[in-house]
Amino acid sequence: MTNDNEVRVSVLMTHPVGLHARPSVKLTKLAKSFASRIELAVEEDGPWIDAKSIVKVMAAKAPANRLLHLRASGADASEAVTALADLVRRDFDEGASDVAHG
Amino acid sequence: MSRTVELKGTAASRGLAKGPLVAIAQGAERHRTTQGDPSAERRELQNAVEQAAADLSRLVDALEEDAAAVLEFQIAMLQDEELTGPVFEAVAAGEPAPAAWRKRMEAMMAEYAASEDEYFRAREADIRDIRDRVLRALGGGNGRVAAAGAILVGDDITPSHFLETDWSAGGGIVLARGSAASHVAMLARSRAVPMVVGLGDIASALAAEHSLAILDGGAGTVLLSPDETHKRQYGLRLRAERQVRQREAESLLAPARTADGVAIAVQVNIADVAELAQLDAAACDGIGLVRTEFLFGAGPELPDEEAQYVVYRRYLEWAGGKPVTIRTLDAGGDKPIAGLTPQGEANSFLGLRGLRLSLARPEVFRVQLRALARACAHGPLKVMFPMVTHPFEMDQAVATFDEELRALQEAGVACARPALGMMVEVPAAAIAPEGFRADFLSIGSNDLVQYVTATARDGTTTSHLYDPAAPAVVRLIEGLARHGRARGIEVSICGDIAGDPEYTSMLLGAGLRTLSVAPADLGRVKAAIAALTLGRG
Repeated sequence: MTNDNEVRVSVLMTHPVGLHARPSVKLTKLAKSFASRIELAVEEDGPWIDAKSIVKVMAAKAPANRLLHLRASGADASEAVTALADLVRRDFDEGASDVAHG
Repeated sequence: MSRTVELKGTAASRGLAKGPLVAIAQGAERHRTTQGDPSAERRELQNAVEQAAADLSRLVDALEEDAAAVLEFQIAMLQDEELTGPVFEAVAAGEPAPAAWRKRMEAMMAEYAASEDEYFRAREADIRDIRDRVLRALGGGNGRVAAAGAILVGDDITPSHFLETDWSAGGGIVLARGSAASHVAMLARSRAVPMVVGLGDIASALAAEHSLAILDGGAGTVLLSPDETHKRQYGLRLRAERQVRQREAESLLAPARTADGVAIAVQVNIADVAELAQLDAAACDGIGLVRTEFLFGAGPELPDEEAQYVVYRRYLEWAGGKPVTIRTLDAGGDKPIAGLTPQGEANSFLGLRGLRLSLARPEVFRVQLRALARACAHGPLKVMFPMVTHPFEMDQAVATFDEELRALQEAGVACARPALGMMVEVPAAAIAPEGFRADFLSIGSNDLVQYVTATARDGTTTSHLYDPAAPAVVRLIEGLARHGRARGIEVSICGDIAGDPEYTSMLLGAGLRTLSVAPADLGRVKAAIAALTLGRG
């Protein structure tokens, strides 16, 4: 999907346990609030997966301290990647508390 | 916010609980027997998935943030077409919805279980939870499993549903029917889960209009949509109750003695090996009753000899040299086991249950006896047979045991012969115990009271006649205690009244010196014993 209004951003994920259940719930929820098609990848050249599917996001098993690549295409693509990148930078608004949930 | 409503029912298990109300789906209404066409199956699956997500959302609203987050993950999974899509495709291709759902979830569970990351592996449990919740909504089971801390509301609840429920964060049970003498009530008391029964049909209807309830199991009351004053009072009472429990906990570890120094053995009743984890063997004088029904009812197949042996041995290891009394399968009556107990018996409490069933199904009975004989090599095991009515049944059970024991010995398998005793719950055995070849007796007062008073223990319409202190019952207990002293055999009691301080004086007065109680009752029974003076030896 190389599309004319595709927006990309890469962001460092510092969440101590990586992209696990709680962060994934928050990320997919936020992604679903946008109309654009949104995808993420752990490697820069993919595979790209649907950021609105928690099944897919969890299966990506994105580890901590790695770059998370986001791309979106659609009417609100740039708002979407900005909001998602912010969520990752804010450590999903929870910091270390998710570790205890293991 | 709905107006506060107070309901009064029958106390079945004491304790206080506050939590969200969750309806118990009734198995009988939704039990599926046939497969519909693919479009009907699809619709059912769609509904089940939506119902599961809606139930979870309702719980999330009533839970603390941390507990809610765990459920948010399950909701997100249920709402993801990546999860449900392949199942809908399989159903469209003609697969039954429950089988297709189970297959997909189990494939996902296997993926998570295979993960190198411990955190991911732990998510397997969430997928299992989703699997079961939707299967229940599909009608494959008896009800839905609610999250920890919920108050379950319904007509009745099955023992397996009770055991599947996570009570670690509190919660309770509110039933329109049910009975304080049912097996579920017994389990509730043993796990200290507050429970109120017999509220009438209005309970389910009202519960649908309210989301929060305060339950007082001891008083038998339920407050729907409590206001701030109620919540404050609840907090105060909870603190007071904890103090009482604290005092009971202090007498827990001391050996039980009456005020005038008579030693009483206080043992525990256990239904599930998992209960041992929360129980200190030092707090009791062994196990007076291990129920084996849940071991048999837990899976789709009956447990084999090895599986039973492993579990029985764990009880002995836990007890560390104290006696452990295991009861052979007591299925039938209100404890049906698929494929084993007869279907549609007109009066199952008077039918093929307990030892009667075991003797009718020797291929199942012998497996259990072999497992018990092998376990006996690991400690002081006692084995008792339930529902013994006629001496020849006892003779037959003992002969069958000895045959299996001999076969094991000849095969060179480590085994030993336990003391073989019987439950006394049928009036015929209680009135004339002298004819039975038993090494010990254990009074099953729940059934004994039911049969002596001709009052169904699960009935609510006649519950006023179900009186464990009826003179006829007391006289039978006195006679059994006398018989035990004359013969030099132990006579204990393992029914509910053994764990109820209201009856402690009656039971010791009748001559009993061994009580077997639910683990949750140990402290208060020991406290009640310490307050008594028997005035004789």
